[in-house]
Amino acid sequence: MPEKHCLHATIAASALALALSAATASAQQPLPPPPTPETPRPVPPILQGYKPVTAERLKQPEDSDWLLYRRTYDGWGYSPLSQITTENVGRLKPVWTLQTGQIEGHQAPPIVNNGVMFVATPGNQVLAIDAKKGDLLWRFKRPIPEDILLLHPTSRGVGLLGDKVYFAAADAVLVALDAKTGKELWNAKVEDYTHGYYMSLAPLVADGKVMVGCSGGELGVRGFVAAFDAETGKPLWKTYTVPAPGEQGSETWPKGDQWKTGGGSVWITGAYDPTTNLAFWGTGNGGPWMGDQRPGDNLFTSSTIALDASTGNIKGYHQYHPNDSWDWDEVNPPILVDYQRDGRTVKGLVYVARDGYLWMLERTADKINFVDGKPFVKQNVFKGLDPKTGRPDVDPARQPGTGKKAEFCPSLWGGKDWPPAAYSPKTRLLYIPANDNLCGALMGDPVTYTPGQRFTGIAPANSIFSIAPGADHIGELQAWNLDTGQKVWSHPFANSQLWGPVLATAGGVLFMGGTNDRYFRAFDASSGKILWEFRTGSGVNGVPVSFQVDGKQYIAVQSGWGVDAARMQARLNLERPWEFPEVPQGGSVWVFSVD
Amino acid sequence: MGVGFTLAPRLALAQAEPARERPREGDLLVAVGATGAPEPLKPDDLALGSKQMFAWPIDPESNTVRDGSRLNRILLLRLDPESLDPVTKERAAEGAVAYSAICTHTGCDVIGWHADSQHLECPCHYSQYDPKAAAKVVSGPAPRPLPALPLRIADGRLVVAKPFTGRAGFQQV
Repeated sequence: MPEKHCLHATIAASALALALSAATASAQQPLPPPPTPETPRPVPPILQGYKPVTAERLKQPEDSDWLLYRRTYDGWGYSPLSQITTENVGRLKPVWTLQTGQIEGHQAPPIVNNGVMFVATPGNQVLAIDAKKGDLLWRFKRPIPEDILLLHPTSRGVGLLGDKVYFAAADAVLVALDAKTGKELWNAKVEDYTHGYYMSLAPLVADGKVMVGCSGGELGVRGFVAAFDAETGKPLWKTYTVPAPGEQGSETWPKGDQWKTGGGSVWITGAYDPTTNLAFWGTGNGGPWMGDQRPGDNLFTSSTIALDASTGNIKGYHQYHPNDSWDWDEVNPPILVDYQRDGRTVKGLVYVARDGYLWMLERTADKINFVDGKPFVKQNVFKGLDPKTGRPDVDPARQPGTGKKAEFCPSLWGGKDWPPAAYSPKTRLLYIPANDNLCGALMGDPVTYTPGQRFTGIAPANSIFSIAPGADHIGELQAWNLDTGQKVWSHPFANSQLWGPVLATAGGVLFMGGTNDRYFRAFDASSGKILWEFRTGSGVNGVPVSFQVDGKQYIAVQSGWGVDAARMQARLNLERPWEFPEVPQGGSVWVFSVD
Repeated sequence: MGVGFTLAPRLALAQAEPARERPREGDLLVAVGATGAPEPLKPDDLALGSKQMFAWPIDPESNTVRDGSRLNRILLLRLDPESLDPVTKERAAEGAVAYSAICTHTGCDVIGWHADSQHLECPCHYSQYDPKAAAKVVSGPAPRPLPALPLRIADGRLVVAKPFTGRAGFQQV
């Protein structure tokens, strides 16, 4: 019977539709991409003429480009472009903006090569954009496994060499893309995400290699830096930040197998010195969090390590604080810059630590030497530093442990977390995005290791966060003279924390976002005075950059609040109810210029 | 014949990993980390008002513990049945309630418990859920409730009455 048939079909169809809509509603997954034509997309002219990135260009980039995480291997975060000045920056205006389609923390710098911009975002996504016009040229997206434990859903950028774009995917896989098409050329497994390893950093491309490390310090990982052949993806070397028995530093892990889950994660791109072929990497805190659960100094956690890029051998190190118990990762690389001390020029490493100290070190071909260190925020854990070695004299009352609660400042997010400081050779000032007047308390519980599970030994109720009594500000942009070791100026933020990477420019202007009011700002590099500000749709956690196309200077940054900035906002809102309301999420790329 | 031939490998694949399949109606529950022969949980294994315990589903036919995916981790609580909202009461068995243990924000295990407010808390970004009210989000960045796993009692043991009410896991960004 046709009618009956038809009726059945209708019922079946409605049931199917109902099932589908129910599935969609409960799954809450993003819509599938729209269907695309089978014919490959023609390569746009700007990509047909893509300018290959050479090793020489990475060492000596054109003023117009931003090819590395901090533009140059020395980590300055400085652009020599000078059309935008303290005089005209007040007329800075948006040129274009582009939605990334993602939520969470957008932390990556827009990497710019000869007018082609590459932007990494949360969600394992890379966008290629015409940097001048804002046209989306291609989009790469790699599915994230549904069972991953991704504590920090972000990406901090891509690396470039030749016609390739390198992306450290969240699921601990290194991916090489064709810069002209966005198609994957090869991928290389870096580690096993089901065991807590995940990636968020921008790869460091140097010496013909692509170097990466993994996050996962909360999940019982053993940190490392691994190098892959830039052309083929073949693994070349892997150097653990926690030594196995018999290796250098293993005497600082005297208790059994603790080194196997000892932390020391690596999640910020290293710096590099081409003259010595040394790559400088920062390492995370030890795991589990309480130092009394892993006796010893725990090398090379909370340290800077200098790796020979050709072999991966550790040629030097400086551990900022042994046997960490405060969750103070020291993951940024130091800035490579020479400075004056006691009448001599020091070939320097300058490091702004999460432990609240500004560290001045010396780099040599086979050693890192301590020069001096001093606190740049409220710090009550170190009673002082050994004048020769820099080893801190830790106040035992300020060191939490298993079943032992201790209060300490700065908080576990430190005096400065991951957002990079910048240095300007014009002012010889170092610019620090600091968080002052924040404290906390921790107390540990015994914890057993299960692969892929949380391994901090800290119950949520035993992690306490507080604002120091009488605090008149939290976030603070500070400027320090490297030669005198003195703070020259500071710009406080009374009602906001600061999670803003800093850009310094030859025009005497600094750029930074990072506050909870969603502003992106320009500062006078000499005085700290605000010269311009612009409110975006979300908070600005991205690394700002400057580039030039067709003779015109631009400023670019990602807006997109999330991860730790958002987490701190929630904690501050508990401390001072409704003074720190939710900051809207949703990522976008912004490009500005002066007419 | 042709159809059978093409379907068979797919069927075999699906059957090859029952440990990764989400909990099914009729599954029993066993404690995470338990050693020895799996001992299905009973309501009295859960102390009234105590911190959550963690469990895996187990297929009673094959005795397969479904521990092949962390998205199968289940958190169990026993609460005063009179304190539960109607939807939760419907899903509960003698006050025992079950939810996905995976935070819907970034996928951490929800291990925290506030005894005073009877709220569950994720240690990673401090999202809190109310297990008496279908695990609705009461604070923090979690975008949606923890999926519930309706329970019933059979032969004195906790049994999965229906699959998860929503997708276990975090919001894919």
